[in-house]
Amino acid sequence: MSESPGKISVPCDVNGEAVTLRAYPFARLLDVLREELKLTGTKEGCGEGECGACSVLLDGELVNSCLVPAAQVEGANIQTVEGVADGERLHAVQQAMLESGGAQCGICTPGMVLAAVNLLRHTPDPTEADIREGLAGNLCRCTGYMKIFDAVIHACKK
Amino acid sequence: MRECDGGGRGIDRGDARCVKLAAIIVRSSRKGNKEDRQTNRMTLSTKDRLVGRPVPRKEGRAKVTGAARYVDDLVLPGMLHGVTVRSPFPRGRITGVHFGEGIPWDEFTVVTARDVPGHNYVALILNDQPYLADRVVNHAEEPVLLLAHADKYLLEEARRAVKIEAEPLPAVFDIEESLEPKEIIWGADNVFKTFLVEKGKVEEVWDRGDVVVVEGEYRTGAQEQLYIETNGVIAEVSPETGVTVRGSMQCPYYVHKALVKLFDLPEDKVRVIQTETGGGFGGKEEYPSMIAGHAALLAWKSGRPVKMVYDRAEDMVATTKRHPSRTRHRTAVTRGGKLVGMEIDFDIDGGAYATLSSVVLSRGTIHAAGPYNCPNVRIRSRAVATNVPPHGAFRGFGAPQSIFALERHLDKVAAAVGLTPEELRRRNFITKGETTATGQVIREDVDLPGLLDRAFELTDYQSKRERFARENEGARRKRGIGFATFMHGAGFTGSGEKYLQSIVGCEATAEGRVRVLAASTEIGQGTKTVFAQIAAEALGLDYETVEVVQPDTADVPNSGPTVASRTTMIVGKLVESAALQLRETLKGAGLISDSYTQSEWARACGEYTSRHGALRKHVQYQQPAEIEWDDERYRGDAYGAYAWAVYVAEVSVDTLTYEARVEDFVAVQEVGRVIHPVLAAGQIEGGVAQGIGWTLYENVVWRGGRMANGQMTNYIIPTSADIPPIRVHFFENPYAGGPGGAKGIGELPMDGPAPAILNAVEHATGHAFDFVPLTPEAVMDALEGETAGAAK
Repeated sequence: MSESPGKISVPCDVNGEAVTLRAYPFARLLDVLREELKLTGTKEGCGEGECGACSVLLDGELVNSCLVPAAQVEGANIQTVEGVADGERLHAVQQAMLESGGAQCGICTPGMVLAAVNLLRHTPDPTEADIREGLAGNLCRCTGYMKIFDAVIHACKK
Repeated sequence: MRECDGGGRGIDRGDARCVKLAAIIVRSSRKGNKEDRQTNRMTLSTKDRLVGRPVPRKEGRAKVTGAARYVDDLVLPGMLHGVTVRSPFPRGRITGVHFGEGIPWDEFTVVTARDVPGHNYVALILNDQPYLADRVVNHAEEPVLLLAHADKYLLEEARRAVKIEAEPLPAVFDIEESLEPKEIIWGADNVFKTFLVEKGKVEEVWDRGDVVVVEGEYRTGAQEQLYIETNGVIAEVSPETGVTVRGSMQCPYYVHKALVKLFDLPEDKVRVIQTETGGGFGGKEEYPSMIAGHAALLAWKSGRPVKMVYDRAEDMVATTKRHPSRTRHRTAVTRGGKLVGMEIDFDIDGGAYATLSSVVLSRGTIHAAGPYNCPNVRIRSRAVATNVPPHGAFRGFGAPQSIFALERHLDKVAAAVGLTPEELRRRNFITKGETTATGQVIREDVDLPGLLDRAFELTDYQSKRERFARENEGARRKRGIGFATFMHGAGFTGSGEKYLQSIVGCEATAEGRVRVLAASTEIGQGTKTVFAQIAAEALGLDYETVEVVQPDTADVPNSGPTVASRTTMIVGKLVESAALQLRETLKGAGLISDSYTQSEWARACGEYTSRHGALRKHVQYQQPAEIEWDDERYRGDAYGAYAWAVYVAEVSVDTLTYEARVEDFVAVQEVGRVIHPVLAAGQIEGGVAQGIGWTLYENVVWRGGRMANGQMTNYIIPTSADIPPIRVHFFENPYAGGPGGAKGIGELPMDGPAPAILNAVEHATGHAFDFVPLTPEAVMDALEGETAGAAK
């Protein structure tokens, strides 16, 4: 089957692996990750950059992948939730989310994990206000956020 | 009673250990039937290896790594995508459907009402809601036509190219217009359902010389469940196996029942499998039957698997929301503060079709008089039709609406007789031996004064009440503190559980592993963990050896819907009973004695299965003999058990920006027994956050029967920056009818925040607001009105 005309090649690095994406220039990074690379851990919650369920790290910055066109990630380093654990060993944030009850239904969790990883990279010893602000772009409808705050505190103790 | 810290103490404290703060453990319980008494005795003698402990979650790991597969993560070979073309009119007669230019229509599968192979209704209670509108539409966004294609981008263009033509009919949009009636749009009088609850003789109290009569009217708005995973399913249809649907849902057997009718198929030709579900809160109780039917119709006509996943806008404007409500109170109270008469009129807006409104109304009606002992009560309630998308289940299910009204009203009643809000309530709290509005005799120890004392102590209520009043004078940021006291019944109302006849299975494998078979879904609350704890505790086995099977109607019996705070208390009790039957069977076969080790158990299971084949036991719900309910007169034991609670909110109101914020929140509740302290506290915290959202942020803007703000950009749910520390405290008083003594808790936390917050706002501002959501605009109207008034 011939490929649709108009697609471009986008070399980039996803979770430490060099890949060349084939995508329309304005395809959403969210869709390219999920459909092209089968990295379905990145979720769509709203499609308009409000909920943060599609958060990924793009060159170390937390972004909503539903708002990032494929053409923009040429040469970039992308980290998705699949790239957070070290093989079978969970990242401290993931372990803490698991133990503190920070994940209920789990649909916001991949984005929340990346937001927390990003927060702790920039602010290793966050205050309450830092945590609230660092996670404010990621909506959770289940937990009321308390257990997620607990998880971040536990993760930075480790 | 025993107090157990829920670990939900805001941000500044650490782990979630269960702390015994009170030395006395009161384990009173109602008289149960024989089985209950036996189980209760067993519970008391068990050392609780697992119940009450924060064991690792069964569902946890896949969720934190992104490996958990939700329906939109699944792709089947040859799969098409499906979309719904919806009515742009709130009410009208369909005159035509126009397929626009420039779309290769011959590539599309198109389904209309004429294609439906069986019954064109969503089988639920009254069966009045069609899968696809035929000739008339009764609300905006009503499904009219379905399209499928392999290319989802082309599909979206096609959806936009279809024009529904209709001759408009007059429509009604709110409770007043429906009851007027401005137009008859449903049945003979627009009324889906009415209830009347009567206790004593309320008509005789109004003319008594010794009472003060206090009236009030209270309103609540619609609320979107806003689970972060939208509704979605994948359907497959084949002549051999029939219809199979996988998807995000709370109630696989509701979907099953609906598909059987839609396709007119035998039950074994319909299979429903729950996939990982990204939140429900009631929003995936009945609606999945609709989207599952649509995808299945497209799959049936196209012969290909069809995936249908709503985008956020469609999910918000087209699916169910919390029922808007209007409650009128007329209360007679003695000058000494004793409630002697309560007349309550409770009306809810059901939307265009009956769906679950009668049941929502029932729960709201029964909770309308609250946890108080009043000798004369009359509650009249109605669910009415309007031309908006049907309102549906949402955590609390009618109770948050009627409890909001009552708990606001009681602050007004207290003021009318010169008492503090707490003193009025203390003089009227229900206690053991007294009766609720439906005449249910409370047979358990209830200690609402104790819960109130503890909540006040934790919040320093009394001194803040005085201090804020003093400091608010002239301050820009005014502070206030308020509370609400309430109860929430667990399980289906009245005879509901008896009619459901839920079944649970437990199976022991040859290796001695235990598999729990139930249709109760994990939707974030931790069903699999809690069931595994209950089964392992009952059998004295390791938690790790118990597995809870993913709900699939081909594998699991119908344990009823995952709603009504019934999963732990009702279904969990059946899990416990089924597990114990495995043990009795092995004992009866002489393979184990009263005590056994894990390896003796495994050996016995191996021995049994090699001799007799599979070891699987099913148990069916049997209503305890002491529960009596009269469906006709709406009297008797409305619920097997109630959770009791006192919630305290501290707020600030900025008189420049008119924003009200919750600064601190304490939730104290008695819930029978806490099975898993972290999960239980998580339920309370999450429910309180949703309650805060309903009270201060979540405003569904209606325009011509359509939600005008169906986007997360302008329908605002609380973020991590908006939620105060939520401090959760549990008291335990084991309930013999629940597993390990547990009662249901899922809905309870939705009931208290709205009245507690508005009571606090009244304390802060002096304004008695009687509606939610309380937006800054509403605060501005009130406070500016005051300034204008003062200037005159």
